[in-house]
Amino acid sequence: MRDKGRIIIGLVIFLILITFPVWYNVARGKAGYVPQLEKPATVKQCVRDTSFMKAHHMDLLDEWRDRVVRKGEVMDIDMAGKPVEMSLTRTCLGCHHNREAFCNRCHSYMDVSPYCWDCHVDPKETK
Amino acid sequence: MGIDRRKFIKASGLAALGLAGLAPVKLFGTEDSTQAVSDSVSSRKEIGKPLEGKRWAMVIDINKCLREENCTACVTACHTAHNIPHFDNSKDEIKWIWKETFHNAFPEQEHEHLKDHLLEKQLPLLCNHCDNPPCVKVCPTEATWKRERDGIVMMDWHRCIGCRYCMAACPYGSRSFNWRDPRPFIDRINPDFPTRTRGVVEKCTLCEERLRIGQLPACVEACKAHAMVFGDLEDPDSEVRALLRENFTIRRKPSLGTHPEIYYIV
Amino acid sequence: MLEKALQGSKQYWGWIAFLFVIILIGTYNYVRQFQEGLYITGMSRDVTWGFYIAQFTFLVGVAASAVMVVLPYYLHNYKAFAKITILGEFLAIASVTMCMLFIFVDMGQPFRILNVFLYPSPHSLMFWDTIVLSGYLLLNVVISHVTLSAERKSIPPPKWIRPVIIISIPWAISIHTVTAFLYSGLAARPFWMTAILAPRFLASAFAAGPALLIILCLILKRISKFDAGDEPIEKLATIVTYAMAINVFFVLMEVFTALYSNIPEHVMHFEYLFFGINGKDFLVPWMWTSEFLAVVSLILLIVPSTRRKKRTLVIACITVFLSLWIDKGLGMVITGFVPNPLGTVTEYSPTLPEVLISIGIYGVGALLVTVLYKIALSVRKQLPV
Repeated sequence: MRDKGRIIIGLVIFLILITFPVWYNVARGKAGYVPQLEKPATVKQCVRDTSFMKAHHMDLLDEWRDRVVRKGEVMDIDMAGKPVEMSLTRTCLGCHHNREAFCNRCHSYMDVSPYCWDCHVDPKETK
Repeated sequence: MGIDRRKFIKASGLAALGLAGLAPVKLFGTEDSTQAVSDSVSSRKEIGKPLEGKRWAMVIDINKCLREENCTACVTACHTAHNIPHFDNSKDEIKWIWKETFHNAFPEQEHEHLKDHLLEKQLPLLCNHCDNPPCVKVCPTEATWKRERDGIVMMDWHRCIGCRYCMAACPYGSRSFNWRDPRPFIDRINPDFPTRTRGVVEKCTLCEERLRIGQLPACVEACKAHAMVFGDLEDPDSEVRALLRENFTIRRKPSLGTHPEIYYIV
Repeated sequence: MLEKALQGSKQYWGWIAFLFVIILIGTYNYVRQFQEGLYITGMSRDVTWGFYIAQFTFLVGVAASAVMVVLPYYLHNYKAFAKITILGEFLAIASVTMCMLFIFVDMGQPFRILNVFLYPSPHSLMFWDTIVLSGYLLLNVVISHVTLSAERKSIPPPKWIRPVIIISIPWAISIHTVTAFLYSGLAARPFWMTAILAPRFLASAFAAGPALLIILCLILKRISKFDAGDEPIEKLATIVTYAMAINVFFVLMEVFTALYSNIPEHVMHFEYLFFGINGKDFLVPWMWTSEFLAVVSLILLIVPSTRRKKRTLVIACITVFLSLWIDKGLGMVITGFVPNPLGTVTEYSPTLPEVLISIGIYGVGALLVTVLYKIALSVRKQLPV
């Protein structure tokens, strides 16, 4: 066990390195940073409960995708019991007009890169 | 007696069809819902009553089509509606509907003394939406499949792994592959239809996205000569059935047993 | 056992370094293809499969050919193959690995490849090919590991391995049969749609694989103390001779049926292959070379004196291998697409990145063969003979 000291120093260095992003943000005064998302001004309620949407919007989009593409359905029923078209570009972007300030801001904070927009078209971007 | 019974079955079938056609309307046909959707729609028309059919088919009248000199209205309409890129080389080419000579379209039925216009001019080809599609059989992920309810051979671009087995299996050359990212090569993007990502196969879907909101396929709508007629083959009173009854029609490579649902009046 | 691969002479490390360089070049080009798309290959809307799938097809044959040593040794207790059976199995492992890599680099969406298992589609031969290839890899890894470990400890291998080995024999046949079905089930491609495709594939595999094994054994004799002995080499040469003769016979049957029946869509492909259509003749010189090499190899193999002499046998094996590589690794797959179903002739030839990626994959295979053979030989040297 003569290497005890070296091992401990090594472990400390490793811990500092791996937690570096935390210290870096603390130093910049951004420790508690949470992205501010732009919410729709007029509509108050999404097609599902807000907490569900926060955690599971991707699952709902997957479900919509399969129902539209594979089952050929068009409409879903929202929370209020009203029919809504299952469409990322028309229904989702219909309220969340600013994709950059809503989708992208949170995705980049979470460091996820969904590939929806490789194919689906944000109508604003074609104008 | 036999005839009577057949008539009765026909009639009840029609009635069932009518009900089936009404059902989806009831589901989401209320005033405010269509309004809510169309508010958020940029260029697309209102969601109308979906076109319902048990077996979609198309009849293309070659004579009417060829009367229009160098017309490519159907090709342009389809390719604009579906965000088809335009490449300068034929190697990377993507096409859903395109024009070929009779010689290439019907290699088994051509000969050198055909009517002049058949020898010279080109007629439109597209996916045949076969009853027995070889492309569907070979797909290892069910990214392409045949819709039971209306016979459309569909594509799921989310699932396709880009193995291109379907392209090897299609006897009609109806499938294209995205060899590269298509977006930079699309002249004007239609926001109502997705573009594709590189590495997936695509083809004509008989405008199922238009049928479901009550519109005819883009090519049919665009055809000035009314040479393309779209309809339900299972409906004995449909226009396609009438055309098939009254004209001699051929299909591409019938000997392969794929049963194409695109018919050509020669 | 892997540590055996980490000791070696300067030449050994030089060879390993060379392989790493070509693998790196291949990887670099693959990253480019991954980022930019398959348009950097020579494939097109008309010729949708090219060099990659052709190499895959050829290598499935090399992998299956291990059965030509496994079957006599384990089923007929043919002791002369005792030393080389493990070499055959290791060659199979390397070949199946290369097959999988060739499929992978051919995918448009490689990260979605698991969809094949998530949405199993038994109606697709591609699904079955994935299953038989993975199974064959697994079988050979288990069999070679268990038998070699037992050999190292100088104990007989455990009893349970024998049924596994017996299963691997029809399994080897199945991988090449299913691969042939991939093509021969397509009504759209008359060139492939022939019932004799699977037998033809097997015949060419059982010629090319053992030919490669003979070459490898003779190389090993030069660079190491390993000597396969004369009897197994001669027996392998006999196998190559019969398989090559049967293969050529099958090819001639194909040519006869297509040309005599004179159905245009069957004739066209052979016309493209051997004469070119409208001046489009990329494959023509290759195919005539292949046929010439086939004839030379058959003469060298059938005449007893040239078959027995090592020097002429090596030439025979190289000509067999090259002839069949051209036939299967170039002509067979590409010609199925030329002319296309509409009668249009679009030519295909691989591009530089495509070739470099393929060479990189062959580098991986060569690396595997080197490392595995090194392990096998090191284990053997420990044995009191």
